[in-house]
Amino acid sequence: MALTEDDVTRIAHLARIEISAADRRAMLAQLNDIFAMIEKMQRIDTTGVAPMAHPLGGQQRLREDRVTETDARERNMRNAPLAEDGLFLVPRVVE
Amino acid sequence: MSELAHAGVAELGRLLRQRRVSAVELARLQLARIERHRDLNAFLDVRPEVTLAQARAADERRARGEDGALLGVPIAHKDIFVTRDWASTASSRILQGYMSPFDATVVENLARAGMVCLGKLNCDEFAMGSSNENSAYGNVLNPWDKAAVPGGSSGGSSAVVAARLAPVATATDTGGSIREPAAFTGITGTKPTYGRPSRWGMIAFASSLDTAGLMTQSAEDCALVFNEMLGFDPKDSTSLDAPREDFTRHLDDPVNGLRIGVPKEFFGEGLKPDVERAVRSALAEYEKLGARLVDISLPNAELGIPVYYVVAPAEASSNLARFDGVRYGHRAASYDDLIDMMKKSRSEGFGPEPKRRILIGTYVLSHGYYDAYFIKAMQVRRLIAEDFRRAFGQCDVIASPVTTSVAFGFGEKTTDPVAMYLADLYTVPGSLAGVPSMSIPCGFGERGRPVGLQLMADHMQEARMLGVAHRYQRATDWHCRLPEGF
Repeated sequence: MALTEDDVTRIAHLARIEISAADRRAMLAQLNDIFAMIEKMQRIDTTGVAPMAHPLGGQQRLREDRVTETDARERNMRNAPLAEDGLFLVPRVVE
Repeated sequence: MSELAHAGVAELGRLLRQRRVSAVELARLQLARIERHRDLNAFLDVRPEVTLAQARAADERRARGEDGALLGVPIAHKDIFVTRDWASTASSRILQGYMSPFDATVVENLARAGMVCLGKLNCDEFAMGSSNENSAYGNVLNPWDKAAVPGGSSGGSSAVVAARLAPVATATDTGGSIREPAAFTGITGTKPTYGRPSRWGMIAFASSLDTAGLMTQSAEDCALVFNEMLGFDPKDSTSLDAPREDFTRHLDDPVNGLRIGVPKEFFGEGLKPDVERAVRSALAEYEKLGARLVDISLPNAELGIPVYYVVAPAEASSNLARFDGVRYGHRAASYDDLIDMMKKSRSEGFGPEPKRRILIGTYVLSHGYYDAYFIKAMQVRRLIAEDFRRAFGQCDVIASPVTTSVAFGFGEKTTDPVAMYLADLYTVPGSLAGVPSMSIPCGFGERGRPVGLQLMADHMQEARMLGVAHRYQRATDWHCRLPEGF
């Protein structure tokens, strides 16, 4: 199975990444090489094998529902590209 | 002064205890060497005033009667661990100048033990790579041969320990990013069991694989630092709630009667003769010390790379979705609307390798491909892990080469991602299984470049594994060899 340029355009949009028309062709060739290598795993029969998401089979721990963090808004917002009055500014999304 | 600069963690701990050197003297010495060897491009951020303040604090703690084994010993951190006092970039343009509001747990644990941080280390962008050529801040040179890559992704960590600019450096391993660079630079690189080190404050790449570890001169040094670095962290949802242990306790265990598993799949086609020769003579050395070699098989290990290049990019595409130019990180200068802002910010901020992996990950998680790729890969991952479980019924540790060849040259694999990915052929299976593993220097191959021996042990058996490595390092001196000019 090989990807097409349309597939690259579609997944790039899903991933919010822009790829110029010039780069798209090179990216497509590389992705197809990578998927040709990935395909090797298809020859293994995995019927009835449970997917392994965590190497030690751990369960997600839940913590007690209580306040543990102190207010650090100013410190946490120090790296914001654009902020005002403790809010992150983005282009208008609701008209 | 050069002998002091070459001393390892254990030795420096002794000298500090005997008051034969101070933390400030050590910090000054290494800061000067770091400056002198700037051409290696191993450090991304050095702030001598912060380092010296930490060193003064360590000396004051000593003066007040504290006596920790690591108090005042210098360390450098891979720029995957966030730090309050140095910029944290993951070697990416998207995080240029980012100042973290907190320290990673690993950083915090080692600071609590009194270690003095020399600065932040270059690596592949978001720890994605095997040669450090994916850093947005330039290549790191291999101290043994400046035409060779230092390995990746922890290339800054491997270079500084090989060049003795720091006695120890933190590193991270997702598919081989500690062991491969350690092998390429002739040092000891150790990845503990997945879940033992906290991932809190480690900039996420693939969360079910990311494991913090160390670059050191010896297994003994690694054990000493693990004692303070590893442990349960409630802030990491996959942190193992295991009791603290002394990782030095098996260092002096005899090798006599030890069963070393030798997987035939790791000595097959593609393994270069110079590497095989060095690894086989290391195995012979172990036999001489009384160990027994056992032929074992890890039949699904060869599928490690295909499985890894589904699982890791899938997790990466999800983890890297947080970089959207809204709350932190790079934002494009001009854009039309919110989606355009995110697209432009991400496209300008990420280099080619993260983009490639984000696209692979997005594809394998997308509708219609999830079962065929992502679920399938997680199933084969289990088969690989079961191979290891079976193997550890027949042997105590597994030994193999770390890489198929010695360090390659700059630019040799950059145009062919699949060739670059295969650099991790022997390290990825252990990562998928989550077992502790390490690389120890065992000789030199072509062009005088170092060769590494990989040791792997069952889950939670790192103390035993470090002991097996230590016995070899007591009997040989490969780990004491230094590149010229340092």
